[in-house]
Amino acid sequence: MIRYLLNRIFWMVPLLIGISLISFFIMHLAPGDITASEASFDPRASEESRQKLRELYNLDKPVIVQYGLWLKRMATLDFGTSFASHQRPVFWQTTDEQGNVRKGMIQQALPITLLINVLSLVLIIAVALPLGVISALTRNRAPDRAITLFVFIGFAIPGFWLALMLMYWTGVVNNWLPISGLHSIGYENMGAIAQIFDTLKHLVLPVFISGLSGLAGISLFVRNGMLDVLHQDYITTARAKGLSENTVVYGHALRNALLPLITIFGLSIPGLIGGSVIAESIFAIPGMGKLFYDAVLMRDFPVIMGILTIGAALTLIGNLLADLAYAWADPRVRRGVMQ
Amino acid sequence: MPFNRLFYLALFSLLAGCGEPQQASNVDYDQVYPAVGGGNMINAMIGEPSGLIPMIAGESAASAIASNIFNSLLKYDRNLELEGELAESWMISADHRTITFKLKPDMQWADGQPLTSADVLFTWQLVTDENTRTPYGSDYKLVIKAETPDALTFRVSYQEPYAPALDTWAGLQILPKHLLEGQDINTTTFARNPVGSHYYKLGQWRNGERISLVRNPLATQGEARIERLVSRFIPDAASQFLELMADNIDTMNLNPIQYARIFPSRPDLTEKIGLYKELGNSYTYLGFNLKRKPFDDIRVRQAINYAINKQELIDGVLLGLGEPVSSPYKPGTRWTNPELQPYPYDSQKAIALLKEAGYADHDGDGILDKDGKPLTFEMLTNQNKQREMSAVLIQRRLKEIGIDARIRVLEWASFIGRFIKTGEFDAVVLGWSLSLDPDQYSIWHSSQQAPGQFNFIGYSNPQVDRLLEQGRLELDIEKRTKIYHEFARLLQEDSPVVYLYAGYGLPAIHKRIKGIDDPAPPAGIGHNSHEWYIPQPLRRLEISAQ
Repeated sequence: MIRYLLNRIFWMVPLLIGISLISFFIMHLAPGDITASEASFDPRASEESRQKLRELYNLDKPVIVQYGLWLKRMATLDFGTSFASHQRPVFWQTTDEQGNVRKGMIQQALPITLLINVLSLVLIIAVALPLGVISALTRNRAPDRAITLFVFIGFAIPGFWLALMLMYWTGVVNNWLPISGLHSIGYENMGAIAQIFDTLKHLVLPVFISGLSGLAGISLFVRNGMLDVLHQDYITTARAKGLSENTVVYGHALRNALLPLITIFGLSIPGLIGGSVIAESIFAIPGMGKLFYDAVLMRDFPVIMGILTIGAALTLIGNLLADLAYAWADPRVRRGVMQ
Repeated sequence: MPFNRLFYLALFSLLAGCGEPQQASNVDYDQVYPAVGGGNMINAMIGEPSGLIPMIAGESAASAIASNIFNSLLKYDRNLELEGELAESWMISADHRTITFKLKPDMQWADGQPLTSADVLFTWQLVTDENTRTPYGSDYKLVIKAETPDALTFRVSYQEPYAPALDTWAGLQILPKHLLEGQDINTTTFARNPVGSHYYKLGQWRNGERISLVRNPLATQGEARIERLVSRFIPDAASQFLELMADNIDTMNLNPIQYARIFPSRPDLTEKIGLYKELGNSYTYLGFNLKRKPFDDIRVRQAINYAINKQELIDGVLLGLGEPVSSPYKPGTRWTNPELQPYPYDSQKAIALLKEAGYADHDGDGILDKDGKPLTFEMLTNQNKQREMSAVLIQRRLKEIGIDARIRVLEWASFIGRFIKTGEFDAVVLGWSLSLDPDQYSIWHSSQQAPGQFNFIGYSNPQVDRLLEQGRLELDIEKRTKIYHEFARLLQEDSPVVYLYAGYGLPAIHKRIKGIDDPAPPAGIGHNSHEWYIPQPLRRLEISAQ
């Protein structure tokens, strides 16, 4: 088991280097660099000063040399600083000699995105599981049809459109929920309870919108998984043994139907740190999606690479965790791993 | 993208029936109230500044906020004429090479330290320092000597007279020496915690969410009335608009659809929100690559200019909310040559000019040709809805006279990197700002054509070159005006670009805010924002921040 784990972790290193190499080159395939941003297309800004910037950031060197420099820094886990004029650290805060702390860009965006995604994952599980089970049990009857219809509508509806509609209905017409942002203007003067309540109110719509499409996928997955399992011999055996329907469904069928979900949740770990650009723009939330999108538009290479690397590492870790969880949950897999 | 316009139209026509917003307001916004201090004004911005040192952070969000925090030596008044800000007066020496600024006495930074000529000198040293990562240093490097004979005098000397100098001193925001000395300007935390001398100082900056400015009691220009300015960062225009409807923000910039289509159909909105128009800051143009055929022929350029109906573009793209321009300056200001008129829409003249240039439809395919080559070209533009729509309308008009124009839309960095810098394009639809100083040497002078420079269309006219050089040396404002009127006339005649339109700025401001100068003067609606006030009865229920 330990050997298996060490082996997997060992092979993650070359894999990560390979991923970063490909990312780095693809990123540099796109024309333009930080000095070609829209803001710098200003007749007052001279070409010499842009050239100076390019040299400062080593953008005048061949891509392979730039990659080497980046890799050298990464070896010490230094994600570098942004190319943007604020030059903030990409990943985590730094402290200068005077004791001034400069917060990292990912450090600030990540908790927000993580909070929203974890909440929406909870929402998805809480709603999709029962929906999927009900759907499977009432297969091809009215509840199943209704749930499937609802789920497909939820899947097909454009998120940005629904977001705007809900913002209008709950925010403008009825004044129930805030429209955008994460905190009210007077947030600093509220008590602790009021602050939490205020943040939660701001999170209702973003969490609902980002959970909606996942809801459809997972509930269909549970439904089909359940249907597969319900036709297995051991379910027939369980029924023949005279077990109650509840024990058959929840004790035998559901547990087996949930096995493939482990893979799905393992794969969704990197998704937890990737925000949605559209949702974040509409709701004015400073999360990872917006950070990455802006970095791409600005050709802010250290930030792009930082986010890609962390995403790649998390994907690999997510795969590993999913495999381990599989082995823990399914004796058949466990036997395979041990051998 | 027309889809987006349709979408907004559909969305809001649908919503208009959804029931009226529940803001039962029985306050009378049109009543006259006394001007008092206090209150919060909340506005929405698309982007967040990267920092608040204007010379380092180049983006418009940074300058919008920094302009409330920092002063310059000079500023533009409501009619866009220069006047003193930190400077009480300025004197130009007889040889036009030295400018002496006399500062106002007893000025202070927001932290109570005196503001003197040493700060001005320090800021000049910063902006010209090789290690400062600013793109704006070149204008200030022309100064060969800068000195401070006393605490209230700042003197700069140039190698030769430099007429745009005064404009550059209106553009340089003065930074405090006592806080920045010995620091690395590129990475200093001052960028996120600035101390200035203008009407407001930084209250709080919530990363990614908002910046709050509070009134600076030590402001060098007297106190502003509104106590607190909050700028919220809301990237999506539709979300901004919903916030405005819900009365969560007081000001935003509308797009023509919101201004001309949605507002007129919503009396509940017009009752509490005032709409204003101001001169735009930029113009949109169709620029030709003059180094390529057929654009090296002035007749072809003029023909295309005649074939494009500018009013149609203004009506179709801007819903009438813009005006044609015939020089690269703000209409109605000193530098605009009043005698110039835009090329009228005249397709017959266009056809005649093309015929004169040797173009005719020899093979009968509906496209003009010459020497066996069809008259066809590609218009490039970036992902900007107004520019895309303009390109489509232009394409149709050119088709009518037998020119086949194709459209290609590109992401900005690729657009600049692959096409503009390399000169690999036929024509572009782009915008230039309508500069306040008339000097446009970097855009039109024939020496500015190297890759990365701004005369990328390759315009070269010895007469224009001479005028641009003269204009830089001439400090007499009347003579300078003449030079640039003549420059604009030649440019118009040469038609290296087709001026399409200058769109209006369309600010919407809640009616609780009083003291607004309407109609807006050339300097724009915000020119007297320090005089705006919010009468007590009209204020929001405010949970005042710390």
